[in-house]
Amino acid sequence: MHELSLCEALIDQVTNIAREQQVSSVSDIFVSVGPLSGVEGPLMRHAFPIAAAGTVADQAELHLETTGIRVRCEECGEESDAKMNNLVCASCGDWRTTLISGDELILQRVVMGEARV
Amino acid sequence: MCDTCGCNVTPAADEHAVEVLKGLLDANDHEALHNREHFQRHNVLAINLMSSPGAGKTALLEATIEALGGDLRIAVVEGDLETENDAERIRAKGVPAIQITTGSACHLDAHMVHDALHELELDDVDVLFIENVGNLVCPASFDLGQHINVALLSTPEGDDKPAKYPVMFRAADLVLVTKSDLLEVLDDFDPDAAERHVREIANPAPLLKLSARTGLGMDGWLEWIRREAGSRE
Repeated sequence: MHELSLCEALIDQVTNIAREQQVSSVSDIFVSVGPLSGVEGPLMRHAFPIAAAGTVADQAELHLETTGIRVRCEECGEESDAKMNNLVCASCGDWRTTLISGDELILQRVVMGEARV
Repeated sequence: MCDTCGCNVTPAADEHAVEVLKGLLDANDHEALHNREHFQRHNVLAINLMSSPGAGKTALLEATIEALGGDLRIAVVEGDLETENDAERIRAKGVPAIQITTGSACHLDAHMVHDALHELELDDVDVLFIENVGNLVCPASFDLGQHINVALLSTPEGDDKPAKYPVMFRAADLVLVTKSDLLEVLDDFDPDAAERHVREIANPAPLLKLSARTGLGMDGWLEWIRREAGSRE
């Protein structure tokens, strides 16, 4: 259950951005989460209000975008969709693949709320 | 378009938004980089040991220290939710050990390791083992500044653990099949199947079978440490 630590890290980043932008609140936070990042979306959603309480994100909505898993085969060069525990090439079946997407955990965008007075 | 990910939200004309594109673990990764610089400066090989609770991390360290203690200067950072028990077991082998008790936190992070490093004289260390909190989920997400991730898979756990916990086993640079002396009595652990599961998550990491208790297969592991430590001098 490290989602709470991640939400706290998220809130730290958002708080810094709000300070730079001179706003007292933010309304929306967009995060993209890959299945191989080790983060569970539902747990993140549950942890978020706990981490956000009393911060600039107190009333903010967390939008989680789940990315797909894609690999590129080092043998045949093809790109294909893959599953969490099966990253072999869908084209030639070789296991020597490189992950192109699926392990990201990125704060994409923050929508500001009210300007600080 | 859906309501869960926010792709249906069209920005209002007067909306004030900031594009960030920054990793959530940015602060941790920054501190991990700092730890790595510490290790580099002091010529320390840092190895992060991860496994489920009870896979035999501490027993492996005890046997490793006994075998290598004369050739390499070893230190250990121990992560547990509570107690100094593991650090005391390591200290009993004559090696410095710093215990991090994480309370309820399920993993070590780079900041905790950094604090522990201040209690160690890194100039007197060749190899630092970081024994992570026993957990096959969370520790995989946090870079500590280590050079190498070693995942332990003990035979009673079953050979399909890499398929069940792909994030952890994808992060491993080396997989140790521990308690291998039990293979002769366990009919449900096939080392070839374990290797196949590791390959299926596109990980080329070697698998070594060993038993800290009987000494079986320990030579390969010790040789591996010597080689890695030597390549960093």
